[in-house]
Amino acid sequence: MENNKTAWERLALVHTKGRPTVRDYIPLIFTDFHELHGDRYYGDDHAIIGGIARLDGRPVTVIAQVKGRDLNENKDCNFAMPLPEGYRKALRLAKQAEKFHRPVICFIDTPGAYAGMAAEERGQGEAIAKNIAEFMTLRTPVISIVLGEGGSGGALALGVCDELAMLENAQYSVVSPRGFASILWKDASREEEACNIMQVTADDMVRLGVAETIIEEPLGGAHNDLDKISENIREYLSLKIEEKCQKDIDELLKARYTKYRKIGEFTE
Amino acid sequence: MFEDFFKVVKHRFNGGEEEETVPSFKCPRCQGVVSLERYEDMIRVCPNCNYHGRLTARERIAVTFDKDSFEEFDSSMISCDPISFPEYPEKQEELREATGLNDAIVTGTALIKGHKAVVGVMDSRYMMASMGSVVGEKIARAFEYATENNLPVIMFTASGGARMQEGIVSLMQMAKTSGAVKLHSDNGGLYITVLTDPTTGGVTASFASLGDIIIAEPKILIGFAGRRVIESTMKQRLPEDFQLAEFMQEKGFVDMIVERKKMRVTLASLLAMHTQEEKEV
Repeated sequence: MENNKTAWERLALVHTKGRPTVRDYIPLIFTDFHELHGDRYYGDDHAIIGGIARLDGRPVTVIAQVKGRDLNENKDCNFAMPLPEGYRKALRLAKQAEKFHRPVICFIDTPGAYAGMAAEERGQGEAIAKNIAEFMTLRTPVISIVLGEGGSGGALALGVCDELAMLENAQYSVVSPRGFASILWKDASREEEACNIMQVTADDMVRLGVAETIIEEPLGGAHNDLDKISENIREYLSLKIEEKCQKDIDELLKARYTKYRKIGEFTE
Repeated sequence: MFEDFFKVVKHRFNGGEEEETVPSFKCPRCQGVVSLERYEDMIRVCPNCNYHGRLTARERIAVTFDKDSFEEFDSSMISCDPISFPEYPEKQEELREATGLNDAIVTGTALIKGHKAVVGVMDSRYMMASMGSVVGEKIARAFEYATENNLPVIMFTASGGARMQEGIVSLMQMAKTSGAVKLHSDNGGLYITVLTDPTTGGVTASFASLGDIIIAEPKILIGFAGRRVIESTMKQRLPEDFQLAEFMQEKGFVDMIVERKKMRVTLASLLAMHTQEEKEV
């Protein structure tokens, strides 16, 4: 692993054109992927895709935030900024997975939930809150992986899980560095400084108890060897899904709740 | 002599009113100006447009719960500095001094017309009632206490969202609080949310939106993303009533809008319909 990069340099890697998206990974990690559309209430958000597939022959549910690989794809998926119907689709598929005893695999890759009038009118806050609460007690194993950007509540809505993994250069944060600088210093141009003090890297996540595992990227970043990074992700998932499926579900849920219950620093 | 002359002219000009500088309140909703005294007399409700202004946690407790019934939990809990954010400890020190609070929420148990509930009241004076480690922990403990003791929970929310100064740790409080709400709910517990001005960001996207019954005070702001952020992405002006309680009720996210003077009796009535005895009937 490359340990000498700053958070800002890693963010640049995540934003590199050609960084693989979930659309690149799915055919290399899973077989028989069937995409399932729509939230059954309003529409089909293209920033989150989901479906059923096989991992090592075992049926699993896959839910993923999708970045575009070019401008046209980005227009279609709204730059991976989900609307409430995206989160509601994710929850529908998660509940379906619970019904059929399939583990759930979530891929996180979003700058944040969409901030717009349509999102507010259809209850962006409610949709995210509901997912967080429901995933906490979802009676099937859940593994989440941050592929690139894990932006705020929009990421957490797919991030309540038994184990969280970070790709080596991926970041997870409460707000974008730009937003952070703009809110706290009223100066968005200080985003590099913000990025470097916010503690957003994979190492930070493991230290703070947010993530359990770092998945190694090929030298120079995931885009340098798609087969290798896909293999690393597949290996991790095979191992973890098997491990979690062996566990008693009530113990798994207890451990899931405890994981989040422990995060926080205070004195009395 | 000249001074007297000006006084007379001023007097006529102002239609007979003495122009004294009485402390005044400018309503953020209707922009109307009223005397601060009148606004305070109405428990901080704008007499022109019915905007329900902000109360401190202690004031809210005093106007809502039975006299002297509030028993506080975790009053001495204070936050650390998980991401070593510059000047965060100093800023908190100052706020503790200025507000008499140890963080942005006060939790405990209280009676409302004799009905016992676990309660939480947020106070926007403390870093815009943003949610960090202390807010998250106190809420989780409050719900866990309520679950163990089969008590209902009432949360008066107000927040700018996540506590940026605690980085990712603050984001995780959304999971911590929502998880505790879910376990309380799965145990059959009643949870009433009272949204007060303003309820936004990560608090809207976690425990504030998870009530069995969601009440809002009139004309208050409720939203996920801020108005300025949305206007800058959409490059257009938003409607005046956007994200106000009435707008959010119309869109289906608020059960009832209740005026402050009727809050106590409304909560008591709702609690009474969910007591153990009635459940067993």
